[in-house]
Amino acid sequence: MSGTRILVVEDEAPIRRYLRIAIEGAGFEMIESERGRAGVERAATDAPDLVVLDLGLPDMDGKAVIAAIREWSHVPILVLSVRDGETEKVAALDAGADDYVTKPFSTQELLARLRALLRSRKPVEAKAVLAFGDLIIDIPAHAVRRAGVDARLTRKEFEVLAMLASHAGRLVTHRQLLSTIWGPAHTEDAHYLRIAIGHIREKIGDDAADPKFILTEPGVGYRLLG
Amino acid sequence: MPDAERDRPAPEALLDVARREGRGKLKIFLGASPGVGKTYAMLEAARLRAREGVDVVVGLVETHGRAETEALLAGLEALPRKQLDYRGQALEEFDLDALLTRKPGLALIDELAHSNVPGSRHLKRWQDVIEVLDAGIDVVTALNIQHIESLNDVVARITGVRVQETVPDVVIQRADEIELIDLPPEELIGRLHQGKVYRAGTIGRALDNFFTKPNLTALRELALRTVASRVDDEMLRLMQANSLTGPWPTQERILVCINESPLAKSLVRAGRRMAERADLSWIAATVVTTRHEALPEAARRQTSEALQLAEALGAETVTLHAQSGAADELLTFARARNVTRLLIGRPRRRWPFGIVREPVADRLLDAATDFEVTIVAAERGKAVAARLKLPGLSFNWRSLLWGIAGAAIATLVALPIDLLGLVPPPSLVVIYMVAVLFVGARFGLVPALATSVICFLAHNFFYTAPRYSFTIQSAEDVVGIVLFLIGALFTGTLAGQLRAQVATMRTSQKRTAMLYDFAKRVAAKSDLDDVLYAGAYHVAATLNCRSLILMPSKTGELEQVQGYPSIEEELDPRALAAARWAFEHNEPAGAGTPTLPTSEWMFVPLATANPLGVVGLQFKDSRRGADPEVRRLIQAVEDQVAVAIERTRMATDLGNLRVEAEGEKLRTALLNSLSHDLRTPLVSVIGALTGLEADDLPLTSRKALVETGLDEAKRLDRYVQNLLNMTRLEYGALKPRRVSVDLREIVGSARANLNRVLERHKVVADLPRDLPRIDADPVLIGQAIANILENAAKYAPPGSTIHLGARTGRSGVMLSITDEGPGIPEAEREKVFDLFYRVTEGDRRPTGTGLGLAIVRGFVEAHEGRVRALAGPNGHGTTIEMDLPLSTDPPDPA
Repeated sequence: MSGTRILVVEDEAPIRRYLRIAIEGAGFEMIESERGRAGVERAATDAPDLVVLDLGLPDMDGKAVIAAIREWSHVPILVLSVRDGETEKVAALDAGADDYVTKPFSTQELLARLRALLRSRKPVEAKAVLAFGDLIIDIPAHAVRRAGVDARLTRKEFEVLAMLASHAGRLVTHRQLLSTIWGPAHTEDAHYLRIAIGHIREKIGDDAADPKFILTEPGVGYRLLG
Repeated sequence: MPDAERDRPAPEALLDVARREGRGKLKIFLGASPGVGKTYAMLEAARLRAREGVDVVVGLVETHGRAETEALLAGLEALPRKQLDYRGQALEEFDLDALLTRKPGLALIDELAHSNVPGSRHLKRWQDVIEVLDAGIDVVTALNIQHIESLNDVVARITGVRVQETVPDVVIQRADEIELIDLPPEELIGRLHQGKVYRAGTIGRALDNFFTKPNLTALRELALRTVASRVDDEMLRLMQANSLTGPWPTQERILVCINESPLAKSLVRAGRRMAERADLSWIAATVVTTRHEALPEAARRQTSEALQLAEALGAETVTLHAQSGAADELLTFARARNVTRLLIGRPRRRWPFGIVREPVADRLLDAATDFEVTIVAAERGKAVAARLKLPGLSFNWRSLLWGIAGAAIATLVALPIDLLGLVPPPSLVVIYMVAVLFVGARFGLVPALATSVICFLAHNFFYTAPRYSFTIQSAEDVVGIVLFLIGALFTGTLAGQLRAQVATMRTSQKRTAMLYDFAKRVAAKSDLDDVLYAGAYHVAATLNCRSLILMPSKTGELEQVQGYPSIEEELDPRALAAARWAFEHNEPAGAGTPTLPTSEWMFVPLATANPLGVVGLQFKDSRRGADPEVRRLIQAVEDQVAVAIERTRMATDLGNLRVEAEGEKLRTALLNSLSHDLRTPLVSVIGALTGLEADDLPLTSRKALVETGLDEAKRLDRYVQNLLNMTRLEYGALKPRRVSVDLREIVGSARANLNRVLERHKVVADLPRDLPRIDADPVLIGQAIANILENAAKYAPPGSTIHLGARTGRSGVMLSITDEGPGIPEAEREKVFDLFYRVTEGDRRPTGTGLGLAIVRGFVEAHEGRVRALAGPNGHGTTIEMDLPLSTDPPDPA
C-alpha cells in the first residue's frame, strides 16, 4: 500500500501525533492540517487518497469542509465524531462523508475503516463473487448462499445485500441505500429498507440481536461485517 | 378587701406605662380660645429645655405676626417648611420627613388640629405628630379646646360656630402632660383690642362672632373641666400602676345605638362624653337588616361615618346582623356585653311605615326595661333634613312604570271576567292584589306601593258605581276600596321586604360561596404564584374592586406580584407611598383612610405574625373603602390570603430545605465519585504507560501492560460518558429522539459495542422474531441496555451466562436481562437505581460508579417506561426488567 497518501485534518496536536504513528506504522503516507480552510487547500494541492476529518474544528464547520471538498473531488472522507453527536454525524454523512469513527477509538478500528474505504475505490465488478465467511454472494447470478443453502431473495433484497457487500466493512446510510435502490424520491421511506433488511436477515439466518453479518448503526444505516 | 388579687397592679395599667416607654413624650399647651398665649408659652418652655441642653428643633410655629412671639423664636433651630403645589397655589406645610431625618430630642409643632395641605402624607397634623412620637422624638404642641372631637358639639352649642378641624380624644389621652394656658376673658378681649392676637381690621367681626364674654367664659370653664378630669385620670392610672387600692373601673359599658339617621354623629359624640364622665368603656353598634341593604348610598354612609367617628373617639364598634327585629338583636348583644346604659336617638316619625312596622327606638324603649336608656334629641334644622331623607322611599320613574304595567295587566285580566259577569265586581279585587304581590316580590317595595295606588285607582274607575269615573257613590264601595288600599299597601310592603331579604341572602350566600371557593382553590395550590393569583382574584371578586398584591423584593422594595384583572403598568408615586406606609406601619393607608388619602388605591397590610406585603384595592367609589362593613370584609379576606401565602411559603421553604439537603448529599457523592472513579483508571493508565518506557521489558509484560492501560482507559471513557449522560438527565437537557425501532436491533448494536467487555461471558439473546416495534430513541435505550450488560459482566463470574429475554406486555415490550451473579439484597433493589448508590455486600469491594443504573432509570423513564430489579429465576442472580412503550406505527407486513 505504499504511495497511499492520507490527509488528516485535526486541530488537537496529541491526536495528530498519535495518528501519524498509527498511519505511518500501517505503511501509509500522512500529511496533516490543523484547520479546515488549510485542509481544503491541501486536499486540492496534494491530492490525497483519503481524508480523515475531525468534525470539531475551530475555524470551519465540518460539514462545510466536506461540502468544499465534494465540489470537485470524490476522495473518501472518514469523519472523526464525538459520542452523542448523532445528528452531526448523520449530517456529515449526508454532506458526503463516507464513514465515521467515534472518539475515542482504537487504532485497529481506525485502520480497519481506512482500509475498507481505500478498498472500495476499486471497482466491485472485478470481484463478481463475494464471500463473507459461509455467506456467498454471486453478483452476476443474483444468487446468495449461506452454508451451502440457497437463500431466495427478492430483487430489491438482493440489491440491498449487494450494495452492503460491495461496501463491506463500511457504513452505508439509509439515504444512500434508499436513493440507489428505490430511487431519489424514496429517501425518507425508511420502512422499505427496514422490511427488506428484516427479510434478508431471516433468509440468510442472521439475528438482529446477535448480528453475524448485518450490523445496525441505529439512526444512521447498516454495515456488512467484513 | 385584703386579698392579694386586688393588690396586684392592673395589667392594663402596667401595659400602658410600658407602651409609653421608647416613644417620645407629648406635651400639649391647651387654651380655651385663640390668643391666650399658647404659642408663647410653648416657645418659652422650649427655650428653657434648650438651655438645659436638650436638642430642640422648631418643626413649625405659627407666630401670626405677633412680635413678642417672634422674638422668642430667635436662637432656636427652625426646619424650613415644605413647599407644596396645590391647584397652582404654592402652599407651605410642616416637613415631616425632614424632622424624622433630623431626629432632634424635642420638636415644636404648633396647631395640633391643623388640616394638612392635600397631597401631604396625612390628612391631619395630629397624625404627623403621632408618627414623630413613634420615632422616639418628644413633641410640644398647642391646641384650643374647641378642637377636641368629643367637645365639638358642646362648643358648637355654646358659640354657634362649628369647628371643622378636630383632634380625636385618644390623642389628647396620649399626652403625657397637658398645660392649661389660662387667661381671664376680660384680659383676652383687652389683648384683642390691642391687636396682639389678630392684626387690626379683622378684629371687629371676630369679636362679634366668637370672642364674646359669655362664649369665652363658657369655653374657659370647659377647658378647666377637661384638664381637671384628666388630672383625675392620671391619678387613677398612677394608683393602678402602683397597685394602690382605690376606685376600680367597673366592667359596665355604654352602648350607643346608631342608625342611618343624620343624628348618628351627634349621638356618637354624646356617647363619648357620657362614657368619659362616667368613666365607662363604650360601644357603638349598628344593626344591618334586610332593610339596610335596600337603603340609598347616602343613608348608609351616615352609618359608616358615625361608626368611623366612634372608632376615632375610642369606642369599640360593632356591626350586628339581623333578619328583622333590630331592637332585639341590639338588646341581646347589650346583655351579653354587660351594657348598662343605652344611648339612642329620638325616634323619628316614620309615616307611612309607622303603621306597619314599629320603629327600632320604640321597640327598644318597650323592651329595654333592664337598661338605663338615654334619648338624644336632634338639633333643630337637622331633624328636618332627617325627615326629608326618609330612607327606603327613593322614588323613581321606573317604579311608576312597573306600577302602571302591573295595574294594566291586572285590568286586562279582570275586564273580560267582569264583562262576562263571571264573578261579582268586588271579587275582582283579588286579581289586583295578585298584581301588587307580584310586582313587590319581583321589583321591590317602591314599585309595589306604586302598583297599590294605581290598582286602587283602576279598581275605583272600572268597577265601583258609577263606573268609568273616580267618584264613589255607595258607602259599601267606599269601605271596600279603602280596605283594598290598606290591604294592597300592606301586601306590597311585605312583598317588597321579602324581595330585599332574598337579595340580602343572595349577597351573603355569594360571599360565603366565594370564601369557600377561595379556600378550596388555595388548598389545591402549592405554588406561591398560583396562591397570589387566587388571592388577588378573591379580593377583587369579593369586594368588587380592582386588586393588587405587593410584596417586598430581595432588595426590600415593594413590587407588584399579582393583580386582578392584572398588575398595573406603573403605580403612581402616591399609591406607592401609601403602599409603603401601610407595609411599614402595618396599618391601612391610601384612599378611604386618613393617611395619604389622595391615592386612588387603598392599601391594607398583609400580615400574619410577619408582614408579608400589602393588598391594594381600587374601588369605583373611593369612599367605599371607608365603610366599616367593607373594612371588616377586607380584613376577613386579607386574613385568609395572608394565611394562605404564609402556608405556601412555609411549604416552599420546607421543600427548598429538603432539596438543598438532597443537593448537598449529591454533591458529596459526586466529589467522592470523581476522586475515586476518575482517578483509579488514570492511575492504571499512567502506570502502564510509564512501565512501557522501560527498554528491557519482556514482550509478554509489555502486552500485559498495554492491555491493562487500555482496559482502564476504556473504563474511564465509559465513566465520563455516564457522567455526561447524568448531567444531561439532571439538567433536563435530554430529549429522546424517538422513532419506531426494533428492540432486537438495539440489543444487537449494544452487544457489538461491548464486544470486549462481554468476551468472558456467554450472552444468550432470546428475543422473539415477531416482537412488536417500540417507540424509542435507539441510542439512549442502547446505552441503557449496554449499562445493564456491563453491570452483569462486572458482577457475574466469568464463564456464566447472561440471558436476554423479551415479551409483549399490555402496553409495551418488556425486556429482561438476567445474570448469574451474587444478586441484589431485596432491601436494596429499589435503591440501586439511585444516583451514586452502590451495592456493598460482604467483603466485596464496590466497583461500580453508582451512575450506571441511575442512568438506566433516567433514560427509561424519559420514555415513560419503568425499570426494576428482581431476583433471578430460582432466587439466583439478578434480573433487571424494563418496560418500553410500543410504537404506534402499524406493524410491518411479514
